[in-house]
Amino acid sequence: MDSGAPPLAIEARGLNLWYGSFQALHDVDLRIRSGIITSLIGPSGCGKSTFLRSVNRITERLGYVRTTGTIEVHGQDILAPGVELVQVRRKIGMVFQRPNPLPLSIRENVLFGWRLHREERGRPEPHECDEIVEGALRKVLLWDGVKDRLDLRATELSLEEQQKLCIARLLPMRPRVLLMDEPCSALDPKATEAVEELIWDLRGEFTIVIVTHNMAQARRASEECVFMLLGRVVEHGETGAMFVTPECRETADYIEGRYG
Amino acid sequence: MFERTPLNVRNQRVERCVKWIFCGMALLLVLPVLIILSVLVARGGPAISFEFLFTPPKQGMTAGGILPALVGTLWLVGVALVASVPIGVAAALYLSEYARDTWLTRVINLAVINLAGVPSIVHALFGVGAFVLFFGCGTSILAASLTLAVMTLPVVIVATREALQAVPQAFREACWNMGATRWQTIRRVVLPNSVSGILTGVILEVSRTAGETAPIMFTGAAFFLPFLPSGVGDQTMALSLHLFVVTTQVPNAPHELQYGVALVLIGIVLALNATSIAFRTWLRGRRKW
Repeated sequence: MDSGAPPLAIEARGLNLWYGSFQALHDVDLRIRSGIITSLIGPSGCGKSTFLRSVNRITERLGYVRTTGTIEVHGQDILAPGVELVQVRRKIGMVFQRPNPLPLSIRENVLFGWRLHREERGRPEPHECDEIVEGALRKVLLWDGVKDRLDLRATELSLEEQQKLCIARLLPMRPRVLLMDEPCSALDPKATEAVEELIWDLRGEFTIVIVTHNMAQARRASEECVFMLLGRVVEHGETGAMFVTPECRETADYIEGRYG
Repeated sequence: MFERTPLNVRNQRVERCVKWIFCGMALLLVLPVLIILSVLVARGGPAISFEFLFTPPKQGMTAGGILPALVGTLWLVGVALVASVPIGVAAALYLSEYARDTWLTRVINLAVINLAGVPSIVHALFGVGAFVLFFGCGTSILAASLTLAVMTLPVVIVATREALQAVPQAFREACWNMGATRWQTIRRVVLPNSVSGILTGVILEVSRTAGETAPIMFTGAAFFLPFLPSGVGDQTMALSLHLFVVTTQVPNAPHELQYGVALVLIGIVLALNATSIAFRTWLRGRRKW
């Protein structure tokens, strides 16, 4: 491998996944570069969400899922025996379509994940917590809006704020990868813009993978783009180039809205 | 185009009839409650006095108060609660938060359903065999309360499971996705958000045990015992059995006294129910999601 190649964050090799007897992923080989935003597009049922969910092994919660192949995240196979699932979930965060803050205060939401993984016993220092909360909320551009009401229930925030909070609560766990499953599709256009901007700001520090149904969003808010169809990767390339000169006909047809 | 047709008229008429019939049935439901309460209050009300509530029975239970029975009932219900709630809640947590659908969980579910269907007199005989004799509790509050606990367990389990299932799944998913274990999820999110439902369900159902007679008759409730129990090893009087005794076993007990006992018993049950409903309303008002 030549030394100029960009480091990889996620490398899936020969990934197959079955829901019972239905095969959702067929021999997926995918190399996602570190520190950029990659969008996964494709029609419903093409396996993009399934792929996303297998990267933090959430798929396993359904008892009837079977996976073969490897998914390496920063060089380590997360499907290998001996991998601690809790650490996988900690280092590979997930943001959902519907904002799902916990029914706790804003402050407690931000601290929740951090508390789960805190090695030291005993109560954390208040100033330590304050710093974590402020740091995470500043990073998601929420601090100025909520700093005076940190004890408000998170479920009372607007959807946009809730979704930002859901991103913020991952940050204190120092994740390497952020997986986002249609993070803006429950939001209105203005909120979508705000959250997209936030995601754009976070790239570099984190590797971000976004599943989206929204072509325009994929185009303006990602650097690389993966087109999937029927459980296979059809095309993977630089977003701008893919939207202007797609290599495969299926990609072109999908992008132009001929199906999907 | 929009005129009423004869068919419409006919349908409307049927609709009105059906509605009134159903409404009547619903009102019929309230009738027994009203009659029971009004008769009890009218005929037992005059018996209620400070002396009635706070002194033991006298003259072969034809006079005096009901203090030992009142206190005994509180003991029985209290100990039964202490025994059944931890077991029931833990079992419900396992069934709804941990267990997958396997033969084992099906067997447990089946057992719960069947336990709920066992008649109370059979529970009484089980209590005699298991707690009084086998575990050597003797006829005591402990044996009687454990029998009541076994009887209420299915209800506690069902109430708890319903409360747990009312917690949105999205909260659990959020926790699991941050690497929380099941127990961390339960302790920090599921329980805090279901505790109101669990508590009210439990209180509501367990208040019924205050009125149970059969399960305590052979296991710990005494016919006449004019002292207050000093611990769970003692026998005790109980309101429900006392009511049975003064209405059927004491030939010349005044009617007023009989109705008075019934009124106090139903008063305790209603008070427990009212408390739990008020509690639930209060907790629901605070919950927002």
